[in-house]
Amino acid sequence: MSKHQITSTNDFVIRFANVNGTGSASANGLFAKALFRMGLPISPKNIFPSNIQGLPTWYEVRVSEKGYLGRRGGVDISVAMNPQSLKQDIDCLQAGGYLMYDSTKPLDIRVQRDDVHYLGIPLTEMCQREYDDPRKRQLFKNVIYVGALAALLDMDFSVLTGLVADTFKGKEKLVLPNIHALEMGYQYAQEHFQCPLGIRVERRDLTTEKIMMSGNDALGLGAVYGGATVVGWYPITPSTSAVEAFEKYANKFRICEQTGCKKFALIQAEDELAAIGIVLGASWNGARSFTATSGPGVSLMSEFLGLAYFAEVPTVLFDIQRTGPSTGMPTRTQQSDILAAAYASHGDTKHVLLFPATPKECFEMSALSFDLADRLQTPIILLSDLDLGMNDVMSDPLEWDDSRQYDRGKVLSRKDLERMDTPFGRYRDVDDDGICYRTYPGSHPQKGAYFTRGSSHNRDAAYTEKSEDYVDSMERLLKKWHTAKSLVPAPQRYDNPDANKSTDLGMLFFGTTTDAALEAQNILAEEGIHINALRVRAFPFNDQVEAFLSEHQQIFVIEQNRDGQLRTLLMNECSADPSRLIPLTLYDGMPVCAQDIRREIRKTLKVNNVMPLRAQTRGDS
Amino acid sequence: MTYHRPSFRHPDLPTNELGHTRQYYEGALSTLCAGCGHDSVSAAIVQACFELAIEPHHVAKLSGIGCSSKTPAYFLNQAHGFNSVHGRMPSVATGANAANRQMAYIGISGDGDSASIGFGQFSHVVRRNLNMLYLVENNGCYGLTKGQDSATADVGSAGKRGIATAFEPIDLCAQALQLGATFVARSFSGDKQQLVPLLKAAITHKGFAFIDVISPCVTFNNTTTSTKSYDHMREHVRQADVVDFVPAEKEITVDYAPGTTKELTLHDGSVIHLTKAQSDLDTSDPHAALNAIHDHKVRGEVLTGLLYLDTELHDFHRVINTMPTPLRDLQEKDLCPGGDVLQGINSGLR
Repeated sequence: MSKHQITSTNDFVIRFANVNGTGSASANGLFAKALFRMGLPISPKNIFPSNIQGLPTWYEVRVSEKGYLGRRGGVDISVAMNPQSLKQDIDCLQAGGYLMYDSTKPLDIRVQRDDVHYLGIPLTEMCQREYDDPRKRQLFKNVIYVGALAALLDMDFSVLTGLVADTFKGKEKLVLPNIHALEMGYQYAQEHFQCPLGIRVERRDLTTEKIMMSGNDALGLGAVYGGATVVGWYPITPSTSAVEAFEKYANKFRICEQTGCKKFALIQAEDELAAIGIVLGASWNGARSFTATSGPGVSLMSEFLGLAYFAEVPTVLFDIQRTGPSTGMPTRTQQSDILAAAYASHGDTKHVLLFPATPKECFEMSALSFDLADRLQTPIILLSDLDLGMNDVMSDPLEWDDSRQYDRGKVLSRKDLERMDTPFGRYRDVDDDGICYRTYPGSHPQKGAYFTRGSSHNRDAAYTEKSEDYVDSMERLLKKWHTAKSLVPAPQRYDNPDANKSTDLGMLFFGTTTDAALEAQNILAEEGIHINALRVRAFPFNDQVEAFLSEHQQIFVIEQNRDGQLRTLLMNECSADPSRLIPLTLYDGMPVCAQDIRREIRKTLKVNNVMPLRAQTRGDS
Repeated sequence: MTYHRPSFRHPDLPTNELGHTRQYYEGALSTLCAGCGHDSVSAAIVQACFELAIEPHHVAKLSGIGCSSKTPAYFLNQAHGFNSVHGRMPSVATGANAANRQMAYIGISGDGDSASIGFGQFSHVVRRNLNMLYLVENNGCYGLTKGQDSATADVGSAGKRGIATAFEPIDLCAQALQLGATFVARSFSGDKQQLVPLLKAAITHKGFAFIDVISPCVTFNNTTTSTKSYDHMREHVRQADVVDFVPAEKEITVDYAPGTTKELTLHDGSVIHLTKAQSDLDTSDPHAALNAIHDHKVRGEVLTGLLYLDTELHDFHRVINTMPTPLRDLQEKDLCPGGDVLQGINSGLR
C-alpha cells in the first residue's frame, strides 16, 4: 500500500493500446475531446501501423494545463487492450503509474511490475453479459473503459454524454446505447476503485476559442478557400487525407446550386508523375491546381518540378512527410524531405518551401501557396508531416478576410494584349524583378501565343542553344529567387523568456518541432540556460534568418532527420559560419519530445562551452 | 533553332469561313530531316484546321519529347503549345483540359513517347476518354537518338543499324480499343487524302480520338528491311474505308450511291460518310476492329482508316460532372466559401 502513486492534476500522459480495426479510435477520440471541452489543452497522437486490421495501434494523449502540445515522453496511465503489446504497455509506465486492463482473464504474471498500480475491469465478461451481437461486444468494450476513466479521473460526465449526442447527431438510435456503455464503466469504477486516482482532471477555461483539427483537414479546406479547382493526386500515406478533405469541403461548398455540377475536378491519377503533370497542365491553362503526396511521390515528381521551374509554370505541391528513405516507415513522422524538395530535379533548381506548424497555419499557407505560385510562376512546396497532418492538433481558430482577392500574378488578358505597343515576349523581364508576364491559352487570336518548353529558350520563348540566352534565363531565375524572399512568410522569433538575460545561444527549427522546442526553451530557462529561438516558416530564407544567425554564437538547428537537412540548407544559402550551427537531430519516427531536446542541449553545453562537438549531439542518446 | 516563315501572302489566296488563309494555320519552319513523315502530318493538321475553320488560338498543342513532339511548333502559330517531358503529355493534357473544357486539344506523341516511357499515361488518358485528339507519329524507331528500335517495331524489321527487331510489337490502336477509346483510326503520313478527313472527324469528336499515323523515318528506318518504310507501307496498306467528313451546317454536296456508304453523326451535327474500301469492317464494333487489325497484321498488311467510332457522349467532364463554364474562369465568389462559413466550420471543430 505504500507503493508510490503518481499524483497530478491536469498534467499527465495516458496511452491507449488497441488492435487496429476494432473501433477503438472513436472511443479514444471521445475521451480526448471530452477533456478538450473541459477546457484543458490536450495533444493526442495516433501511433499506428501501416496495416488495415489486426496489428497494434496506440493513441497517446498528453494533458497539459501549461498548454504544452509537444509529446512529453513517458506514460502515466496505460490502457492495455491489446494482449500482443501487453509487455510493452506495462513497461512504458513511469513508476507509480496505472495500468488499466481487461481482467476477464488473469493478467500474465510474467509481465507484471511491482511499482505500478493495476486497474482490472472484466470488460469482455461485462460485454458478453450485456450484448448478444459480437460486433457490439467489441465496440462497446472501448466505450466502457472510457466511462471507467471518467470516474477514475473525475471527469465531468455530462461533457461525455453531451459529446455522444453531438457525435451521433442524425443517428439518435446510437446515443442511448453509447451513454449506457459509458455508465456501465463509470459505475464499475466507482464500485471497485478508489475514485478519483492521484491523477485527475479539473475544469479549466483554457480552450474556449481553440479548435481541434488535423493539419491535412486544414490544408484541404485552405485549398478550397484559395480557389483550387483542379486536383491531380495519387493515394499515399500520410497525404491522402489532405485530398479527401478537399473533396469533402468542395462537395459541400463547390456544387452549382442550379445544376448540381461541380466547380472543381478531382482526378485520381495513375501515379505521382501523372498527378503533378495534371497540375502543370491545369496551371498552365489558368486554373489553380495542386497535388498532395509524401516522400516517395516527391522523388517521382522531381522531373516535372524541374520543368515547372525552368518553364515557369505555377505549381502547388503539398508534401506530407513520413519516415524515409525509400518506403521507410510509412506511418511514422519525419522532416526529411527538406533537401529533396528544395533542390528537386536535375540541373540548377531551387524551389520555394513553406513550413506550417499548426492547423491554422496549414489553412493559411495552403491558400497562400496558390497566390505565391501565381505570383512567382514556380513550384511552391508546402512541407507538412504525418504528425501535424494526421493528428488532431489544438489550434487557434481559422480566419478568412472577406476583402481578400486572389493574386493571380502577372497575366496579360486579351485587353492588355490589345493595348500593348511592344511585342509580347513570354520571358521578358519587363519589371526587373525576374518575373515575366504570361498569357493563358486562348486569350487572343493573334497575340500572346507562345511555346512552353523544358528545353532552353530565349526571352521570346523560342528554342535556343546560344550560351548567352541560356545564361540570361538562368540568371533571371536567380533574380526571381531573390524577389521570392520578400514574398514568403517571415520567420517567427521567440526570445528567451527571461527578458533580463541576454544570450548568445540560439535555436532554430520549423514545423512540428516547434511545440517541443519552445517547451525545452522554457524548461532550460528555469534551469538557468537562456536560449533565443527562431521558427523558420519558408525557404528562401530572408534577412531575418541571416540576422538571427549572425546575432548568436551557437545555434542549435533542431530537426527531425538524421543528416541535418535544414542545417545544410542554411549552410548553402546563408553566410553563417557552419561551425556555429549545431545539428540537433531527432529522427526515430516519433513526434519530438521537449526532454530529448533539453538533454541534447545540456549535453553539448556541458561538454564544450565554447565550440560544439558534432559527435556528441548526434542521436546517440 | 526556330525558323520563321516569310510572312508575305498572295492577296488572292483562298480563305475559309473565318476569312483565314491556309497559311494562317502554319507554324514555324520544320527542323526535321527532309522527307520526314512527320512534316506531312503537320501539313495535314494545317489543312484539317483550315478546312474546319477553327480559330487557331482555341486550340492547345501538347507534346512529350522526341522528333514527333517537336512538331507542334510547325503548325498553328497562334495556338499555345506545351512541349512537356518524355511520355507525360497525357497528364499535362488532362490538367489543361480539366482547366478549360471549351478549347480543342491536340496531343502529338511518338512511338517511344507513347508505347514505351509513356505507355502508362497513354493507357490512362484513353480510360478517361479525355476530349482530345491524340496523334502518334509512329516510325518504329527512336529518331532523335539515332535509330534504336522502338516498341512498335515489328519482329524481324531492321532499320539502318541492320539488326532485326527481336521483340513483339505493341499495337497502339489495339491497345486504345481495349482501353475503351471512342474514336480509333490508323493512317499513313503519305496518304493525305485519308488523313485530312480523319483529322477533321477526330478533332470534332467529343471524346478521346486516337490516330496512329505510320510516319516513316527517312534517316534511320526507311530501309528495304524495315516494315515502316515508305515503300513497304505503300505496298502493304489496306484501306478499311474512305472517310468523308462534312462539318455541321454544311450542305452535303456529294452524291453517295445508295447502300454503299454509312452515315455517322457526331454531336455537333457533323456527319462522317464511310465508304467501304478494301475491308468490310463494322466500325461500331470494337471487337471486329481488333480482329481486323490482327488479321491484316498476320498477312503482313497494315489496315488503315477509321477503325472504330462510338458516338455516345460520355467524355471526361461529363463523367465527373464538372460545370460547363471553364473552371479557370471561375472567380472568388464562385470558389471561396467566405468568412461566415469559416466561423461555422470553427464551431464544428470544438
